[in-house]
Amino acid sequence: MSDHAKGGHGSLKSYLIGFVLSVILTVIPFWVVMGEPLDNKGVAVAIIFILGGAQMLVHIHYFLHVTIKAEQGWQAMSMGLTILLLVIVLSGSIWVMFNLEENMMPAHEQIERVRNLP
Amino acid sequence: MTDTTVKEPVQFFVTEDPHHHDGDHGEHHHETGTMLGFWIYLMSDCLIFGILFAVYAVLGGNYAAGPAPVDLFELDMILVSTFMLLFSSITYGFAVLRMDRNDLKGTLLWLVITGGFGVAFLYLEVLEFSHLIHLGATPQASAFLSSFFFLVGTHGMHVLGGSIWLVVLLIQLSQRGLTHENKRRVMCLSLFWHFLDLIWIGVFSLVYLTGVLL
Repeated sequence: MSDHAKGGHGSLKSYLIGFVLSVILTVIPFWVVMGEPLDNKGVAVAIIFILGGAQMLVHIHYFLHVTIKAEQGWQAMSMGLTILLLVIVLSGSIWVMFNLEENMMPAHEQIERVRNLP
Repeated sequence: MTDTTVKEPVQFFVTEDPHHHDGDHGEHHHETGTMLGFWIYLMSDCLIFGILFAVYAVLGGNYAAGPAPVDLFELDMILVSTFMLLFSSITYGFAVLRMDRNDLKGTLLWLVITGGFGVAFLYLEVLEFSHLIHLGATPQASAFLSSFFFLVGTHGMHVLGGSIWLVVLLIQLSQRGLTHENKRRVMCLSLFWHFLDLIWIGVFSLVYLTGVLL
């Protein structure tokens, strides 16, 4: 293996740090749902997604060893493009389909209001 | 890089880089190409999963008067299978570290342990799916279940594929040892395996935890 590739393998310490962080970031969201310590579901969902996102970053850094410098920057570059596409696809479809559902299924009062128009 | 070119003349099998001795780009350039190519494949796989996540996010609430996530999912089993994947990630990391020390036996041992955790994860998933189908929560029951089986099943198929690849890699390693090609294969599967664990974070956050909570 070249020195270049070796730099990307990480060390025992970095793998263990990644593992411990992943365990913590896994146990807390499961506890939030199974232990039901919170009354507010919105806060619980926010905790799940923030910690899930944080754990993804931990995996990218400590396990996948993505760095700005690896592969002359092409690795980080292609990941950036993928994340951009994912954000567009996910947020776009959720947004559009939410609006579609809101507008395609008029509530009863809305129907009545339209019916009573002069 | 010179040590690998010394090893190269002993080739019992077709190497994927027959031209790497000629040309002034050298081997370094080629090695970059394989790992980067595999990385770009992973990114396209990531887009597949992104679309499946979007489908689940849109359709996941359409129960069609059928069962909802809170009726179906057993979170303690999901926690166990999450830890199976997490353990397999760290043991794969240990295998890579052993490989860096040129310790073939250690590499093989940790890869076998990784495969064991992978098979345990698959076993738990098959149990869960057969339990759901036994309850009548089949993919045909509702849009929620169609998108659920599609997303989680695609991830499971990837883990199955990775496990088969792992078995092939074990055979290659035990036959040829830690050659240049085999090291590259170990690193490619390493990326693939950690990537599947990363996708699973999205699955348990969106499908299982949020599903049971809401």
